[in-house]
Formats: sequence, C-alpha cells, structure tokens
Amino acid sequence: MTKPSSHPYIPNSVSEIKKEMLRQIGARGVEELYADVPKRFRLKHRLNLPSPKSEQEVKRHVESLLSRNKTSQDIPVFLGAGCWPHHMPAVVRDIIQRTEFLTSYTPYQPEISQGMLQALFEYQSMICELTAMHVANSSMYDWASALGEAVRMAVRLNNRAEVLVPKIIHPERLATLQTYIAPVETRVKKVDYHPTTGQLNLEDLKRKASAKTAAVYVENPSYLGFVETQVEEIAEIAHDAEALFIVGVDPTSLGVLKPPGEYGADIVVGEGQPLGNAMNYGGPLLGVFACRGEMELIRQMPGRVIGLTTALDGSRRGYYMALQTREQHIRRERATSNICTNEALCALASAVHLALLGPQGLRELGEIIMAKTRYAMQLLNRIRGVKAPVFKSPHFKEFTVNFDKSGETVRKVNDALLSRHQIHGGKDLSKEFPELGETALYCATEAHTREEIDRLSEALKEILGKEGRKQR
Amino acid sequence: MNAFRQACWNEPVIFELGRRGRRGCVLPSVEKTAQREVAKIKESLPKGLRRKTPPLLPELSEAEVVQHFTRLSQMNYGVDSGFYPLGSCTMKYNPKIDDFLADTPGVASVHPYQDEETAQGILEILYTLGRWLAEITGTYEVSLQPAAGAQGEFLGALIMRACHKSNREINERTELIVPDSAHGTNPASGTMAGFKVAVVPSGEDGCIDLEALKAAVSKRTAGLMLTNPNTLGIFERNIGEIADTVHDAGGLLYYDGANLNAILGKVRPGDMGFDIVHINIHKTFGTPHGGGGPGSGPIGVCEELERFLPVPRVAYDRKRERYYLDYDKPDSIGKLRGFYGNVAVLVRAYAYILSLGAEGLEEAAEVSVLNANYLVKKLSQIRGIELPYDKGQPRKHECVFSAKPLLKETGVRAMDVAKRILDHGMHAPTMYFPLIVEEALMIEPTESAAKEELDRFVEVVGKISEEAYTNPALVKNAPHNMAISRLDEVRASHPKTMALSWRMHRQRVESQRY
Repeated sequence: MTKPSSHPYIPNSVSEIKKEMLRQIGARGVEELYADVPKRFRLKHRLNLPSPKSEQEVKRHVESLLSRNKTSQDIPVFLGAGCWPHHMPAVVRDIIQRTEFLTSYTPYQPEISQGMLQALFEYQSMICELTAMHVANSSMYDWASALGEAVRMAVRLNNRAEVLVPKIIHPERLATLQTYIAPVETRVKKVDYHPTTGQLNLEDLKRKASAKTAAVYVENPSYLGFVETQVEEIAEIAHDAEALFIVGVDPTSLGVLKPPGEYGADIVVGEGQPLGNAMNYGGPLLGVFACRGEMELIRQMPGRVIGLTTALDGSRRGYYMALQTREQHIRRERATSNICTNEALCALASAVHLALLGPQGLRELGEIIMAKTRYAMQLLNRIRGVKAPVFKSPHFKEFTVNFDKSGETVRKVNDALLSRHQIHGGKDLSKEFPELGETALYCATEAHTREEIDRLSEALKEILGKEGRKQR
Repeated sequence: MNAFRQACWNEPVIFELGRRGRRGCVLPSVEKTAQREVAKIKESLPKGLRRKTPPLLPELSEAEVVQHFTRLSQMNYGVDSGFYPLGSCTMKYNPKIDDFLADTPGVASVHPYQDEETAQGILEILYTLGRWLAEITGTYEVSLQPAAGAQGEFLGALIMRACHKSNREINERTELIVPDSAHGTNPASGTMAGFKVAVVPSGEDGCIDLEALKAAVSKRTAGLMLTNPNTLGIFERNIGEIADTVHDAGGLLYYDGANLNAILGKVRPGDMGFDIVHINIHKTFGTPHGGGGPGSGPIGVCEELERFLPVPRVAYDRKRERYYLDYDKPDSIGKLRGFYGNVAVLVRAYAYILSLGAEGLEEAAEVSVLNANYLVKKLSQIRGIELPYDKGQPRKHECVFSAKPLLKETGVRAMDVAKRILDHGMHAPTMYFPLIVEEALMIEPTESAAKEELDRFVEVVGKISEEAYTNPALVKNAPHNMAISRLDEVRASHPKTMALSWRMHRQRVESQRY
C-alpha cells in the first residue's frame, strides 16, 4: 500500500490538522500528551502486527481464508444442538443493517433512541406471547448464560442451593450453568430419564426435589430433540417443593407446542438464534429470558427491560429502559446481574422475523420442521443397522440416530459422509452420553430439502453397506 | 447553526398494525412425500402438549413490516448519523468492509460443531486474532469466549478465584478492590464471582489514592480491578506502585479494557503489571454496538494464569498444520457460554486490525487523545462547566466536565445540557458518571470525529451555556427536536403503571376499564 496522507477512518490524521490542533492545545507534539505514562512501561517497539492494508487487500485476504470453510450453503449440514440452520428472510438482513440501528449504542438517551426502544419493547412483547409469560428482558448472551442467570435468580428468590436438571441436558449448557452458579455455592443434581422414551423420570425427580431445591429445570424440546410430555407433572413436583420451575425452549417450536406459561413455568429461557439470526460459527446468539409478572420476580430479573410509558407531558407514548435500579450502572455490587452489552440487534432480528411470520407462519414453520424431522427419521430408520430415533417420543427438529447394529462408529460414518458424499452428519454423542452407544444427534429444519434428506439416506446406505461387507 | 429535526413518526405498536390473514412471508411447501407427515404431527403430539390458542403476533404484509421498522430506524441515532461523544463507550466509526466480510456465508453459514477440517478458515482467523490481541495487550494468551466486556470481567474474576483456589488461599482472599471511579460492571462482576467488593477512593489528582490502597490491601485481597487511563481520562501514573502494592499483598491486577483505545501501541496493560485484561472489541476495534449488542469481550492473561482460561481454546497443531479446538485443559474454569464466542464480531475485529495495522492502531490512539485534549482546551473556556481534578494533566481518550457551576448559577443540570445537545443532531455525552464528579458530562470524541465536528460540538455547548444563563427553561425542557420530549421515567418503572410487554399493557388497560 502506498503511504497515504491520512487514514480513511481517522479524519484528523492529516498532519496539518494535527499541527493546528496541537498548537491550540499548547503542546509541541502528540508525545507530550503521553508524557505522564512512565517511561519504563512505554512500548519500545512498534506492535508486532501486519502493516496497514487497503480495503481491496483486506477483502481478498479475508475472503480467501473464509473460502476454506465449508458452509451449509455448500453442503447439507445436519447439525443442530443449540445452533440451527434456518432460512433468514431478506427483510431481516435489510432491517438489521439499517445503520441507525446497527451503529447505535444502548439507548441511554431515550429521546433520541425511541426507534430501538420501541423495537426492543416489541421483541419483549412477542417473546411474552410466544412463551405465555408476562415479562421478557431485551436479551441475554445466549441460552446457556440465560440459564445460568435464571438459576441465580431462583437462588436469590428462595435462598436455596440446589438445582435439578435433566441428565439429558446440553453438556455445554450444563458447563455454563456450573460456571455461573459455582460462586453462589449452588449444586447441580441430575434427574434420570426413562430409557425407552427419554422422558424425565418423575420418580427420580420426586426423590430429589426437596426443601433444598431452588429450581427444577427442563428443556422442551429436550437436547436430544424429543418433546418432554410430562411437563405439567414436573411443574407440580417443582412447585410442591416450593422450587421455581425453569423451562428452556427453542422458540420455533412454540407455534406448535404448548407455551411454558400454560404449564406452570416461572422462568423461561431459550435460544433465539433460529428466529432470524445466522449461525455465525456459534455466535452471536440470542439468550431468551422471560418470567411471570409478579413484582418479586421482576425485581430480581437480570438484564435490560424496556417499558412502555408516555412523554412527561402525557402527549404521546414513549419507551424507556425501565427498572434501571436493578442494574449494574446504578446498583453496582448489589445489581441483579453485571450484564451491560447484550444482544440487542439479534433481538431486533427476531422481532422482525416474528413479525413476518405472524401466528400462521410460526405454526407452519413448526409443522414443516416436524414434518421434515419425521420424514428424515423414518427414512433413516429403514436403513439396516440404523435406529432412528433412539427414544419413543414425539420429536421436534432433532433426533438421535444409533449405529450400534451396523458395527460402525459415528465418527467413521461422519468421516465417510463428508469425504465421499459431501454431507455433514449429525453431532457425535458417543462421548457425551456413552450409555447411548454409537449415537449421533441429527437436525432437520425447513432449510433442508427433501432431496438433501434423501441424499443423506442413500449415502448412509452406501456407507453402511460397504463397511458392513468389509467386516463380514 | 444548523437546525436539526429527528423524524417523528406516530408509529403504532406493531400489535396494533395489520389485518387478520395478512402474512409477511411464505414458507416452502413441504414436498409431497414429506407432506403426509404434517398430518401425522397432530397424532404424534399428545393433545395436552399442542398449542391451542395461537400466539398473539401481528399479521402484516412484508411491505408493512419493512415500513414499520424503517420508520423506527429513523427515530434512532447511530455513529453513522453523526457525532457520538458518549464517554466510556468509544463510539468510533464502524468500517463497512468489516460488516461486509462478517456477513458472508463463510462466517454466517458455518455451524459451530462442523468438523474442524471444514472450518479451517474461520479457525485461523480466530487463532490469529487471539495472537494479535495478546500482542496488543502484552498478555500471554487470550480467550475469545466472553460475549461482552462484563462477561470478560466475570471471567477475569473467576480466574482470580481459580488462581487463589489453586494456591489454597480462596477462603482468605475474599475481597476485590475497585476504585470509586470504576465502571458499575466492575463491582457487579466481582459480586457475581462471589467476592466482597471494597472501594478505594480517588485522590486529589483523580487517580487512585495510593495510601488508601496500601491501607486497603491485606491477606483478604483477591485483586484490584482498574482501568487505565481511568474513567476521568487520566493516566494512573502510579501504576507501577499500584501493581507492586497489589502483588506484594498476594492479589492479582485486573485491567478493565474499556479505555484501551487511548494507549494502543503506546503502553500495554501486560507491561504495566496487569495479570488479566479484558478487551471491548465493540469499543476499541470498531465493531458496531447494534443498539446495545452484540459485542465481544475477550480476555488476555499472563502465563501463570493461562491454564485457567475457558475451554475450548483455538489451537494450532504445527505438525499437522491444522487449527483445532482444544478441550484438554484440566485446570480450566470451564465454559462461560455456548460455543466459542461472538465470532461474527471477532471477524470484524480481524478485518479492522488488518486494515489499520500497527501504525494505524497507534495513529487511532494518538488522534483519539489529541481530539479529547482539543475538547478539554476549548470546552474549558465555556461558562458554567469546569474540568475537575488535575487541570495540568493531559487527558487521554476522554475528558469529564462538571456542570456544577452551571447548576448553581442557572439551575440547569448536566442532564439538561445533555438533552439540549441532542437538539443539535449530536448524541449526548455520558451523564453522571464517574460518580466522583458532580453533574458529570463524560466526553469521548474518539479518533473518528473530524475537527469541524469537534468545533461544532464546542459551539453547541457554548450556545447551550448561553441559553442556560438567558433562557434556562429552554434547556430544562429540552429536547425539542426529537421524536419525543422527555419521558415519564416514574411511570415506566412504578409497579402500578409499568408496562413491560404489550400483554401487560393490555391487561392494565382492561382492568382500568372495569
């Protein structure tokens, strides 16, 4: 790159402007402004980083790196497990790229930020409608950290030190939960599942629910894709123990599945990524957080909440960051959470997507997903040596595929799918849940075509047929 | 002076728009064979688990959705709209090429659990960015996992815990020290990580009171959280003594990276003795704030603390010439969130650093400091506002003025000044922070502001000062040119009137009707 007279991002990097400003300040050089930095700490060398590059060079370089990735647009990817391939409408992309939204800060000055405030209020309101809860915050980082915050909220409310979670929980979510609750000395206890249906073992839950239980947590749909059917009973057991009932959801299921607010949930968490947000190699995501409308709960909520109010003169409706006295910038060490920057733009994306879907679209989306999943399960289950799904329960958009009878490992099957068929198989569960044997977690959404699912099935037949023969 | 008027749409809540039966998108039809399955869904789901009443979502056409959110966007203000001197937030220009690259399928359509062989490009970007951030901060190893600065702080505090635990001192070292000028997230993060927070005062010069710090440290000290330059924009000159004091007491030194922009390429936190450093990617490295997020808050640590970083770590296998995710870290504090971090934000930062290079980053720091000191000089001449603390000391990337004299003489408060600034098509400074300055106006111009913009800001503040002395009501009732005038904050947060969702609002309206 030729040495330019100034940098495009730095208007005052023109040397005459600098000189003029320095003269007005009364300093001889910029160095004088750093005179108070002790010499012994000053960096003696230039940072060991690449030299400046033009936009073209940056573009070429980054694109060439990114071209080494295989994307879900290059090959069918049947992975889910907390981050799912979905269609992202062009409208969503367009709206979140409007730079009045994109390049604004947290709406600390409400008068100049009504647009974002109203959009976030609408997001919160839509999440409340989806989950049948009364209050939602304007976002957490992701499902896992939202769960961590939810359990901490339960502990603040009832001062107990145990949380019951299903044995079948996303291991990363469990690990995150443990990180969040370790400082408040809260323990996780796992509740067993029924070996044929995967459903939470209610006897085990009853045994473990006690006066120590701060909260009972279930995921619906579960990590392994099936629908938890005894949620009402679970709620009752949790409430009998005077514990809070926390439900984790995939919001794309809530056009079809009963909302948690209708079966006794006190707090709902979940992952908003599938509503209008790209996978982005796992981030940013969108932590959904909603709770019942009692003041004692609202006061303990983490995160930003936008409220509908009016102008001081009552002339018109307006929006404002409500209940800021719970938050770190006011309450400091006594705040309900330290969260400051959240995932507002992802929340906006979800609001736009939900507005496009409407009640009909959301139901249809859920139905299409379930249909694709059922279709995939049935097709794969017909393959010799394959069992899909492992559990006899209704499934939403993910399902387990077991390869034990084929004599193959998930690893080998996945390697063959990728190298020979240009298909990315499901997530290997054999280390996470050894008791399930050689099992993978597959995902099918509206973004997968029937042709892709057929291709997967044919590929598996070819792989298992071939490998099977080799063994014989 | 240019008049400004923000768009003022009388835009209904989205639930009040649309008509029954309208739709904003059509979903792909389910292919014939799979279609049969749709019918079976109803059978497969137990009755009690099916949704009976559809969620009350709006029913709008695609065009109506676009219009609604476009109108809302016009009642919002971003860096692309104009000057945004929001102190502590480093609202610099967000380069378009960075957004462009982050929005390509090579980032957007890659699943985090894909085989590492199919994600080598993104892994290389993450790995290299980690190395660059380590170089910039003078730390040994970096984790890109935290989703935001505050999550980085939480992680930093957890690493302190892990360190003291491994030294068998966790039961004694229960106290985290923060200065009274600290960001609110510091004490909040400390508490979240299970520490008691002890506050040390700032001295006359606006820096940490070294004697008070010496008196505060003890066997109970887990560490000190500090930002340098501090929230007054003043460099903590005694950082060497501060670091020695904390380290001699057995504590760890944590660097809040909110103000890193001022010192890029000049002095590195690691070299000043900081053991743990967080970086606000969305401040220092030019990624957009998105109206509140997503951001990204990586942390860097010294060699001794490396083993505690969260899993997985992005690693490079020299033999196989392959990047991979390393979960094999037995001393790790575990996981902080799902997956690996806010990757789309991190890719932008990679492109940003690549564009500026070492020279450009240093230039950014220098000009951010130049701009702030230029404002100090110019604003100091305005009646009613004064620069508290050491006036002879250069500021770094930001400066804090006090409108206390103005309040005393005219009754106009810092908040009124801030609101009146909005009327001129500029964002307001941060108000009432840091807490050690009364009637604080915290101003961070960043390197992105042109001199003409700075001059106009000075002119605006000067004019507002004049108004305060001649027509204070005009300032006290500002803003006048926004989509809305001042809001009823009490109504927004009072249990009897609050409406935190449309559902809550409707129920309130209904209950009032009967």
